[in-house]
Amino acid sequence: MTHATTVTAGPAGGPTRRVSRITPVSVFLWGLRIAIVAVILYGSFLSISSGRLTASQWRDLLVFGISTGSVYSLIALGYTMVYGVLRFINFAHGEVFMVGAMVAFYVANGLATTSLWVGSPVVSLLIVLISAMVASTSVAVIVERVAYRPLRGAPRLIPLITSIGASFTLQYLVRGLVGPSTKAFPRMEPLRGTFDIFGLVILRSQVVVIVAALAMMGGLYLFVERTRTGKSMRAVSEDPETAALMGIDVNGTIVRVFAVGGAMAGVAGALWGLVFPSLNFFSGFLPGIKAFTSAVLGGIGNIVGAMLGGVSLGVFESVGPSLVLAGYEIPAFSQLKDVVAYAALVMVLIFRPTGILGERLAQERG
Amino acid sequence: MKMKRGLKLLALLAVISLVLAACGGGEGGDTTTTAGVDEPTTTAGVDEPTTTVGGDEPVEPGELGVIEIAAGEPIKIASLQAISGDVASLGTDQVRATEIAIADKGEILGHPIELAFNEDDLCNSEGGQTGATRIIADPQVVAVIGTSCSGAGVPASNVVTSAGRVLVSGSNTSPVLTSDLAGNAGSEYHPGYFRTAHNDAIQGAAAAKFVFEELGLTQVATINDGDPYTQGLTSAFEGAFEGLGGTIVLPTAVTADQTDMRPVLTEVAAAGAELIFFPIFQPAGDFLAEQALEVAGLEDVVLMGADGLLSDTYVVLPQTENMYFSGPQTPTTPEYADFVAKYEAAYGEPPIQSFHAHAYDATNMVFTAIENISQMSGDTLVIDLQALRDELHSITYDGLTGTLSCDDFGDCASPNIDIMQNTEAEADIAGVRANVLISYSREDLGL
Amino acid sequence: MAQVEVPPAVVEVELRPAPPVDMRRALRLGFSGGAAMVLVAATGIVATFQERMVIDPILPLGLMFLYIVALAFGWMAGQPPQTLEGFAPARVSGRNYGAGTLAGGLAGLCIGVLVILMSVFDLRGVFVELSPALQSILTFDLAVPVAVVVIAAISAVAGALGAGIHALPTRTKKTLLPALTWVVIFSLMTDLFGQLFTGLSLDWLTTRLYPRRGGPLTITGAVIVFVVFLALHWYLSGRDTSMRQQVSAMPRRRRLGVRTAATGALLIVLYFVPQVMGPFVSQILVTAGIFLLMALGLNIVVGYAGLLDLGYVAFFAVGAYTAAIFTSPQSPAFTPQLALIAALPFVVLAAAIAGIMVATPVIRMRGDYLAIVTLGFGEIARILLNSEWLSPYFGGAQGITNIPDLQLGPFHFNTPQDYFYPIFLFVIVAAYITLALQNSRWGRAWMAMREDESVAEAMGVNIVTAKLSAFVVGAILASFGGSLYGAQIGSVFPHSFDIVVSITILVIIIVGGMGSVPGVALGAVVLIVLPNLLREFSEYQFLFYGVLLIAMMLKRPEGFIPSKRRAQELHQEEVAQDAWLEIYGEKGATGEPIPEGKT
Repeated sequence: MTHATTVTAGPAGGPTRRVSRITPVSVFLWGLRIAIVAVILYGSFLSISSGRLTASQWRDLLVFGISTGSVYSLIALGYTMVYGVLRFINFAHGEVFMVGAMVAFYVANGLATTSLWVGSPVVSLLIVLISAMVASTSVAVIVERVAYRPLRGAPRLIPLITSIGASFTLQYLVRGLVGPSTKAFPRMEPLRGTFDIFGLVILRSQVVVIVAALAMMGGLYLFVERTRTGKSMRAVSEDPETAALMGIDVNGTIVRVFAVGGAMAGVAGALWGLVFPSLNFFSGFLPGIKAFTSAVLGGIGNIVGAMLGGVSLGVFESVGPSLVLAGYEIPAFSQLKDVVAYAALVMVLIFRPTGILGERLAQERG
Repeated sequence: MKMKRGLKLLALLAVISLVLAACGGGEGGDTTTTAGVDEPTTTAGVDEPTTTVGGDEPVEPGELGVIEIAAGEPIKIASLQAISGDVASLGTDQVRATEIAIADKGEILGHPIELAFNEDDLCNSEGGQTGATRIIADPQVVAVIGTSCSGAGVPASNVVTSAGRVLVSGSNTSPVLTSDLAGNAGSEYHPGYFRTAHNDAIQGAAAAKFVFEELGLTQVATINDGDPYTQGLTSAFEGAFEGLGGTIVLPTAVTADQTDMRPVLTEVAAAGAELIFFPIFQPAGDFLAEQALEVAGLEDVVLMGADGLLSDTYVVLPQTENMYFSGPQTPTTPEYADFVAKYEAAYGEPPIQSFHAHAYDATNMVFTAIENISQMSGDTLVIDLQALRDELHSITYDGLTGTLSCDDFGDCASPNIDIMQNTEAEADIAGVRANVLISYSREDLGL
Repeated sequence: MAQVEVPPAVVEVELRPAPPVDMRRALRLGFSGGAAMVLVAATGIVATFQERMVIDPILPLGLMFLYIVALAFGWMAGQPPQTLEGFAPARVSGRNYGAGTLAGGLAGLCIGVLVILMSVFDLRGVFVELSPALQSILTFDLAVPVAVVVIAAISAVAGALGAGIHALPTRTKKTLLPALTWVVIFSLMTDLFGQLFTGLSLDWLTTRLYPRRGGPLTITGAVIVFVVFLALHWYLSGRDTSMRQQVSAMPRRRRLGVRTAATGALLIVLYFVPQVMGPFVSQILVTAGIFLLMALGLNIVVGYAGLLDLGYVAFFAVGAYTAAIFTSPQSPAFTPQLALIAALPFVVLAAAIAGIMVATPVIRMRGDYLAIVTLGFGEIARILLNSEWLSPYFGGAQGITNIPDLQLGPFHFNTPQDYFYPIFLFVIVAAYITLALQNSRWGRAWMAMREDESVAEAMGVNIVTAKLSAFVVGAILASFGGSLYGAQIGSVFPHSFDIVVSITILVIIIVGGMGSVPGVALGAVVLIVLPNLLREFSEYQFLFYGVLLIAMMLKRPEGFIPSKRRAQELHQEEVAQDAWLEIYGEKGATGEPIPEGKT
C-alpha cells in the first residue's frame, strides 16, 4: 500500500483524468466497435447475396448450432454455479463431462448387446443418462473434497491452478484406465432419421438433445429458485459468511453445487455421445473450454446467462464462418470456426464487459 | 540500495563470463563445421580413438569418421518413433517391426545387434529434436530408424545427419524431407536421410487418377485437418486432380478436434461435390463420415480417405461402408505372411498400422549396408559412416514392400499405391486391405 | 483479513496431553490408499515400470511404486496430531504403528480384491491395462488366495514402516531419507549422472555405478550412492548453523563478497556445463532456458501486474514466426534473409504490437474475463498461423523450415551446447530486467494495480499505461524465447504453439514461486528438465504433472522459493485460520470460515 500511495501521477502526464469522459481509450473502443459491426454486416451481405446457400441450408446451420449449443449450455451450468459460490474457474469441469460421456459409452456398449437396446430404447436411454449422471456427480464431488475443500479462503489463483492440475490428472487417469483409443458409441436406431416439424426437417438426435437439455435446464432453474437447497445455494453465493451465520451448512451447500453441476455435465456427456458418437480421453477439453466461454459470454455466475451463452456460442460457431468469413472469400473458412467463437467472445465483451446478461452476482473483485 | 549494487556486480560478472562463454561456444561450432564430425565424439570423450592403433590392416577413415566395435560388443541402432499420444499406434507398429528385424538378423559379422534407444518423437518438432539429440549423444549408435511423423523428421534429419549417422524412416512422406520427385531437393533434405515410405506426391497423384479415370468424377471437395501430413496430401491431390482436368469445387479444412462437421458438410453440399477426399485421422474422420449421411444434398456423395483412416476401429463403423481408401500397398508375398506370423506371435495382435513392413525393410536395409561396408581391423569391426551413406544410395534391396533402391534424395521406395474399398462394414482391416480395386506404380503415374 | 475477533491466543498454564492418533482417520486413509494403489495398478504404471529396475536385479520400479503408496498412506495415518498450543507434543507409540499397519494393510487388501476380480472376470474389455501380465506381477505368480495374504502383509509392513518414520530421531530422519531418495534419483537419472561422470572424466565411476550404458544402478552402485550421501547428510545435519545463516550473520561487506564469489562460481560452473554434460542434457537445458525466458515474462504479467494471461503462447509464436520470416529463405511471402541478430528489432516491434493488440480490448476487463479472453487470443493465433487463409504468409500447416542458425560475428551456433550460452545470456538479462523493474515506477504501478485496480486508479496510477506496459514487456520477453526457439530447432510449426505451452509456463511460475526469480528458475527445472530426463515415462508425464500441481497447491501454495511478500500474504491467512480453529475447535462451527479470497 505504501507503494501505491507514492505513485500519484500517471507517467508522462497522460491526460487520463476521470473528469474527461472522452478518453483516447473510449474513442478507440468505439471505433473498434463500429468497425467490427461494419465488417460483420458487409461480410454477411456479401455472403447472403451470393446465393451460395439456400434458405433451408441456412436454417439447417442454425439448427446444428442450437443443438451443439444446448450441450455447451449444460456444461456451462457447472462452471457458472461453481463460480457463483466459490468465485473460481473449475477447469476440471470439462473432464467431469468427459467421464460422464465415457461411462455412458461403456453402459451403452453393454446394453447394445442386450435386447433392451432395440426393444425399449427409452428405457436404455434413461439407464445411460442416469449412469452418466451418477459417474459425473461422483467425480465432481470427489474432486471437490480432495482438491478444492482444503483451499477455502486461499487466494483466487490457487484453486484455479489446482483445477488445472485436477483436469490433467483426470484426463490421464482415464487414458491410463481405458486406453487412448477412440471409442465409437453404438447406434440407437430410433434416434436416426429425421422429424418433420411444421415443414422443418430436423434430425431426431438433435431434437432429443435440445428437448433433454431444455428439460434439464428448466428443472435446474426451478430447483435453484424454488427449493430450500436452491435457496441456500443462492444465499451462499451472495455472501458465504452471512449464510454461515444464518445457519446454512456452507460446505454441504458447496458439495451440492458441485453435485448438481456434475449431474448436468453427466447428462451433457451422454447426450454428446448421441450426437457425436466418437470419443476419447481428450474429448472433454475442447467442449469444456467452449462451455466456459459460453458461461462468460452469458455473464458468469448467471444461470440463465449460461443457457443463453451456450446456445449463442453454438450458433456463432455454426453460422459464423459461412455467414461472415465466406463473404470475404476466405479459403478453407471452416477451419476458422474456433476463431469465430473466440472472436465473438471478445466482441461481446467489448460491447458488454460483463457478458450478455451481466453478472448476476456482480461483486467487487480485484 | 545494497541490493542494487549486488545486482550491478552480478551483471558485470555475467557479461564478462558470457563474452568468454560465447568464444568457447563459437570454437565448438567451428570444429563442427570444419571437421564435419559430431560434437559429442570430440567433447564427450567417450569413444575410442577414431584411427586404429596397432591393427594389422589400418582403415583410412572417411570424412564422417568411423565407429569401431570391439569384439563381443553389440552394434547399436536406435529407434525414434511416435510411441505415445493419439498417434502411438503409428510408432509402436514400427518399433515392433524393428525389433522383429533385429531378432531375425541375429548378428552382423559376429556382433550382436542392440536396439540401444527406443525414443519417442512425440510427433512434433521438439520431440524429434530432443529424441535425436539424446540418441546421437551415444557415439556408438550407427543408425536411427525413424521418425514416424514428418514434423519430427525435419529437426531429427538435421541433428542425426550432422552427427554423421543415418536416419531411415518407414513412414515420413513429406516431400520437404527428400524431393518433389522432379529433381528438386526439399528444403529440409540432408544427405544421410533415407526413407522407405512413399512420397506424398505419389499418393496424391494415385488418388486423383483413380477418382478421375476410374470413378469418372470431376467435381471434388477436399478436407484436411490442418495437420502437415493431411494438408500436404490434399494439396498434392488437388494439384494432380486439376492437372487431369477435374475441378476442386471446395478445398477446405477442419480442425483435428472438431466434432460438429455438419456446417462444413453443408458447404460441401452447396458446392455440388460428387466426392469428398478427406485423408484425415480419427476421430474427426468418424464424424465426417457419420454426419455426411445426415446433411441434405449429400445423399449420393462418394467418400474417400487415406491410410490415416485405415484402422481396425474405423473400417468397422457402419457409416464407412462403401468408402474408398488410398494407401501404401499391402504386401501379399509369403515372406510378408511370415512376418505377420512372427508379429502376432510376439505381440499377441496382428499389425496395427500401415507402415510396419516399411520399418522392417528400413531396418534390414541398414543391416545389409552395414554388412557390406564393415571392415575388420584386428578383431575390431570398423564402420565408416561416409561409406555407409554411399552404400545406402547404391544398394538394391529386396524387401517386403518391393525392391528398394534409394534415389539421390533418399527416397528409396518404388511404391505401389493401392486403392481399396470397404464393401461391407463387417470386414476387418485385413479384409479391406485385401479388397484392392487398382494399384498404381510410380511409372503408372508418370513420376 | 481476519474477520474474527481474535482474542490474544496465548495459553501459558499447564499443557494438556496430546490427543491419540485417530483410528477412524487411519481407516479412511486405508481406503483412500487402496483406491490410489488400485489406480496405480490399473493405469498401467506398475506393469510399465516393472521392467525398469531401481536396483538391478532386486528392486523393480513398478512394485516399488505400488508399495511406496502404501508406505505414504501409512505415514499419514501414523502421523501424530499437530501440536497445538496448550497441548503437550505428541509422542509416537504403538498406536501410531497400529494406525500405519491398519492403513497399509487395508490398502493392500484393496489390491487383493483387484487381484481376485482379475482372476474371476476378464476386465480388459473396459480397463485395458488389467492384463494377465499385471496379474502375474501383482501376485508374484502365487495362487490367488496366498497372494492376497502376501500383498496385504507387504502393504501392512510398508504402512508400519511409514508410521515408523515419525519415530525416528530428527537427525536420523534428515540423513536416512535423503540418502534413500538420492539412490532413487541416481537410478532414474541414469542419463544425467552417467554423462556427468563421463564428462568429468570419471569413467571408472560410471562403469562402477551403471555397468550398462543407460542401464540401472547395480547393488554395488546403490550401496556406494547410499553410503556417500548418508555420510554427506550426516555431516550437514550435524552443523548447528546452516551456510545461509552463517552468511547472513556476516558483516555487510563480507556478505557481499561471499555472494559475489558464489555468483562467480555459479557462472563458472554454468560455463562448463555444456562441455561436461554433452548434447542431450544441453538440449534439455536449452529448452528449459527458453521456457524460463518466457516464464520470466509471464511473471511480469501475472506475478507483478496480476493479469491472468492464459494465452501467453501467442507472444511466443509471434517471436518465433517473425524471426522465421525475417531469416529463413523458405519464408513464403517475404524473404529478407536477415541474420537473427538483425531480425531481433523487428521481433521486438512485432511483439510490442501484438502486446498492444491483446491488451487494448481487455483494458476494461478484469479477473476471469481477462483469463478467458487471453486464452481465446492464444488459440486464435495458433489457428490463424495454421490456416490455409494465411498460409501464403506463414506457410500454414507446413510451417517455415530452414531457419538459419544464430550467428554472432565469427561465431556460428549450431549444436545444443553452443546455444546454451546465448540462451542463458538472454535469461540473465531478462532476470536482471525483471528484478530492476520490481522497484521501478512501472513495477510499483503494476503491483498497486494487482492489489486493487480501483484504488490504484484513484491513487493516480494510469491503468491503461500500466496494463499496456505489462503486456508489452511480457510479450517482448516471450518473443525472444520464440526467436531463439525457432533458430535452435530450425523450423517452426503452428502445432508447437498450443495452449499446453501457456499452461506449462503458468505452472512454472506458480510451482516455482510467483514474483520470485530464483523460484521461476527452479520451476523451469522441475517442470521442463525432469520430464525430459525421464523421457521413458512420457506416457505418464501429464498424470504426474497434474498430481504434482494439486499436491503443491495443497501443501505449499506459495511455490518452492516464494517471494517474501507473497509468502507473508499466505502465511497471514494461515495464522488467521489457526486462530479460528483454536477458538472454536475443529468442528465447532457449522461451516468453516471462508475468509474473503483476496488478491
